[in-house]
Amino acid sequence: MSGDETVIIDADGVKRALTRISHEILEKNKGLKDVVLIGIRSGGAFLADALAVSIMVIEKEQIPLGTVDITLYRDDVSGQIPHVQVGKTEIPFSLEGKKVILVDDVLFTGRTIRAAMDAMMDYGRPACIQLAVLVDRGHRELPIRADFVGKNVPTSIKENVKVVFDNNNNPLEVILEK
Amino acid sequence: MGEFKHKNIIALRDLSKEDIELLLSTAESMREINSRDIKKVPTLRGKTVINLFYESSTRTRTSFEIAGKRLSADTVNITPSSSSATKGETLSDTALNLLAMKPDIIVMRHSVSGSHYFLSKYMPNCSIINAGDGAHEHPSQGLLDLLTMKDRFGRLDGLKVAIVGDITHSRVARSNIQGLTKMGSSIFLAGPPTMIPPGIEKIGNTTVCSSMKEAIEDADVVMMLRIQQERQGKTLMPNAREYSRYFGLNPENVKLAKPNAMIMHPGPINRGVEMSSYVVDGEQSWVLKQVENGVAVRMAMLYHVCGGELE
Repeated sequence: MSGDETVIIDADGVKRALTRISHEILEKNKGLKDVVLIGIRSGGAFLADALAVSIMVIEKEQIPLGTVDITLYRDDVSGQIPHVQVGKTEIPFSLEGKKVILVDDVLFTGRTIRAAMDAMMDYGRPACIQLAVLVDRGHRELPIRADFVGKNVPTSIKENVKVVFDNNNNPLEVILEK
Repeated sequence: MGEFKHKNIIALRDLSKEDIELLLSTAESMREINSRDIKKVPTLRGKTVINLFYESSTRTRTSFEIAGKRLSADTVNITPSSSSATKGETLSDTALNLLAMKPDIIVMRHSVSGSHYFLSKYMPNCSIINAGDGAHEHPSQGLLDLLTMKDRFGRLDGLKVAIVGDITHSRVARSNIQGLTKMGSSIFLAGPPTMIPPGIEKIGNTTVCSSMKEAIEDADVVMMLRIQQERQGKTLMPNAREYSRYFGLNPENVKLAKPNAMIMHPGPINRGVEMSSYVVDGEQSWVLKQVENGVAVRMAMLYHVCGGELE
């Protein structure tokens, strides 16, 4: 690791944050009835997997799990940027009347979340959408806030916050790059 | 996987293996949209797509139109009977007039090979997609054929693909030869000698066979081409019945291919000529899957050219 990187949440911290968020989700929604997890590809999807495991440990119940790719809902595709591959959206159940917990790794401008919410609406009318993130780094450009936050990290706009995953896509730690 | 940097898609010959892989992978993701209740994403909102078809087409034009609409683009169809071409306007004049209306993508089918390269010179700020030009290429058909083969085999290398029929007039064959060669498969051609153009074996990993039996023996894929009555005079084949006897796919000769080989046809099918109904409707037929994949592939093409760099 170079001198320009600082670990802001270590491995134990990530585990504790996910456990706490799991409890908060269960508390706020009074259990798992109608609750589904949707991870935003790719970091958010890995975290949604980890949250589902953690909820399984607490509640002994499998929460429905889906993945959304927001590429087609971005607000900057009209510009002349080379178009990247479109990932797969996999939501193997209806969202009609469900309490959707959207999961992302880092909350920054809020544009990704806006895109993900638009995508959710195309799959039906959820009862509500809540947002869970591992890190909230500030600098919002849209009126969006998270319901469940692992850690609030004040950052400069030039810095980069990155969640590191291991080869099995389990979250390892969170680093701040200057 | 990388980024797509082409503004136009005129021929699979112009694309790299990586470009083709990217388009197919995007198409696989686009398929999910087609299975939703609300079959629409906002990606190309505010983009105008003109479908300019100088030759008749139902499948390709409808497929491009649906693809554009599912990506929220505004799609407009222009067909020769309703356009100024019948009044004598040249292609370059049509191009300049369309350009004045500021379209973002033009999807064109034209009977002259290479006309899209000509059109692109007049339209520097607009993407051009080839929906078939003469006997040159039909890239969206080539890509949807590749996607369908990938669905069946999970890979596109090392396949033996037989293409049978009127190769001379077939842009579908040429796009498949280009695409399959880049992906690492081999192509075996068969057809009446009058319908095999000299030198075709030079454009890819292609072998010209002396009989249909030789081409389809042990093939993973048998692709039958339509006899294009509208493009040829009466001289190339004696009659449909004789053609069918030597180059038609029927329940007997289909057994020469690998068991469970996939049978493809770009459509529209002349039932009883190039394929018997038994084969068209049989379990090995992937014809309708091809059409289904067509929409997803065309969505991927429209999406990626919009991000291409101006040349």
